[in-house]
Amino acid sequence: MYIDIYDKLTILSDSAKYDVACTSSGVDRSGKLGNIGSAAKAGICHSFSADGRCISLLKVLMTNVCIFDCKYCVNRVSNDTVRVAFTPIELAELTINFYRRNYIEGLFLSSGVIKSPNNTTEQMIKALELLRNVYRFGGYIHVKAIPGADSDLITRLGLLADRMSINIELPSQESLKLLAPDKTKESILRPMGLISTKIQENSTELVKYRHASKFVPAGQSTQLIVGATPDTDHKILTLTEGLYRKYHLKRVFFSAYMPVTEHSLLPAVDVKPPLLREHRLYQADWLLRFYGFEAKELLDEQNPNFNLQVDPKCNWALNHLEKFPLEINKAPYEMLLRVPGIGVTSALRILTARRSGLLDFSGLKKIGVVLKRAQYFITCKGKILEGLKITSDGAIGALMADQFKLPSHYPEQLSLFNEPFTTREDVQQCLTGQI
Amino acid sequence: MSDRTNIVYAYDGSFEGLMCCIFESYEQKENPSIIRPPVVQQSLFDPAKWIETDEHKADRVFNSIPLKISSQAQELVKLGFLTCTPHKELLIYNFLRLGFKYGDKVMTMLADDTVCSLQKAVRHLTSESHKFMGFVRFSVYGEVLVAVIEPKNFVLPLLIQHFCDRYRNEAFMIYDKTHSMALIYQSQNVELMVVNELTLPEVDGTEVEYRRLWKQFYQTIAIEARFNPRCRMTLMPKRYWGQMPEFDEKNAAQWRVAET
Repeated sequence: MYIDIYDKLTILSDSAKYDVACTSSGVDRSGKLGNIGSAAKAGICHSFSADGRCISLLKVLMTNVCIFDCKYCVNRVSNDTVRVAFTPIELAELTINFYRRNYIEGLFLSSGVIKSPNNTTEQMIKALELLRNVYRFGGYIHVKAIPGADSDLITRLGLLADRMSINIELPSQESLKLLAPDKTKESILRPMGLISTKIQENSTELVKYRHASKFVPAGQSTQLIVGATPDTDHKILTLTEGLYRKYHLKRVFFSAYMPVTEHSLLPAVDVKPPLLREHRLYQADWLLRFYGFEAKELLDEQNPNFNLQVDPKCNWALNHLEKFPLEINKAPYEMLLRVPGIGVTSALRILTARRSGLLDFSGLKKIGVVLKRAQYFITCKGKILEGLKITSDGAIGALMADQFKLPSHYPEQLSLFNEPFTTREDVQQCLTGQI
Repeated sequence: MSDRTNIVYAYDGSFEGLMCCIFESYEQKENPSIIRPPVVQQSLFDPAKWIETDEHKADRVFNSIPLKISSQAQELVKLGFLTCTPHKELLIYNFLRLGFKYGDKVMTMLADDTVCSLQKAVRHLTSESHKFMGFVRFSVYGEVLVAVIEPKNFVLPLLIQHFCDRYRNEAFMIYDKTHSMALIYQSQNVELMVVNELTLPEVDGTEVEYRRLWKQFYQTIAIEARFNPRCRMTLMPKRYWGQMPEFDEKNAAQWRVAET
């Protein structure tokens, strides 16, 4: 059967799409004469797909041939599907031609495991070498490390890429054993540790030798599937925090499991993904990275899962009403960040505006602070917002009322909230990713 | 203020011209209530006072901004002039009046109406220019890349650095239909010029093929179970879609013809 580039692109992007990471951020690199391409630290979105996700990179698999049999994955060896592969030249031509037209910021290359992890990694190296050295591509490259590949191969791959990632996917050893029998915790964490060490070694080398080649300058990331297994939010968030601290990851992505396959351990394909739960985890992830929160402040053994109706910061504030109300004109930055509705931008603007005079509520509105939720937790010049009746119950009531509007866009989550989390329920809701 | 009010200034529409309006108002102790660019149909009894552009005066005002206020204020004024906010001239004028009075403190007066409006207008400009770094779509015509954009603000000056750096070895043009201006880059030289109309030739087969591949990628990458058009619309409003091949329905039929 003849398969042209159009069909290959369709098959290999279709099976790569469950990897949620599509950022092109983390590194600034200016263009060079003779090269094509540059990288922007903040990242650039080139389009948004119908599901509202940013499209920044040409996200494809090199091949969907795979010897592994991960139950949640469309590319597993036991799945009867058409198998194709890009040649390095096809991949380079596609990347350069999309890049020249400004469709993309670069390439996101992942792959099924052909023959062995080492063999696969060697082929990925070949493709990226062609792109970087022959096609002189200076744009962004995100590449997947294959669990089980040798250290020296992972190192060579890392010198060609801006970001590397290894997806953990399942947050516990037991879940891995059950659903991804060819992977072990060790085969994932070992390369992750290696990349982390290499990045740190490289940064000291760069201090010594300015022209030392850069190893994964935009850092590494990973992805966790939410809802494929009975693992709680507490477990996932604690793991996330550990990954930031121990492996210095740049990002941990969460992916609500999309049932893509029929399997006795992964029931019905018609179950909706737990998108709101995924959203809450992302909110908590931001609280860890930019708001100075710790995982144990947000969840614990007694409350192992997020309240789906109130965002994690609001939930924390409602449980710590003794810290409020906060005087806007005096509160330190760290505390401003803990007010529901006040983010990093608003907090910084408050600090700036305070330098030239005291702020009142109308001033707050003018500088762009959204008061809808913040109003219950702050005072300006010692006064609460005029006309606001504040009792602790009242505040909660108002907040809840506001949040109740949310689930109408997510009808599938309402039932989730009303029912206790059951193993069955959890297992039904998964999202896959490759490798 | 004891200065005379109810005065209308008219200037040539250039940034230097606006700086001269500021010079004039301080020199004549006047406080204009309107500052406007030249109008097409000038009435015989135009009450506006015409302000001649004088490079020397413009420089004096512009160079005094970092000295008397701050270099951030100078940057804000420069960017403010590129925005599409109505009466941007008066806004910049009022901002500078405040700045010359309060010094660098003006940059922290975020709750002041003038400062707040100018900052907001500039944020609109910079966020639009950031969007266009991603949303610009080039078509390949022989050796040249051409893109058409329809921005609200005059974003081209903010796109120069990014695109010239990225496509160093290319020759390209970004045509701003709204402002009838084009950014042209070739042989490491960049120019901004007035282009009133642009007629592009038919694209070739290779171009059609890559548009088709891109559209297919775009459609494939979306996960159906996560379909969320409202979210997409917020992040990428429809006004950007016109120049993007992934939304080109008209040419879809043509592509299918090219395919056979």
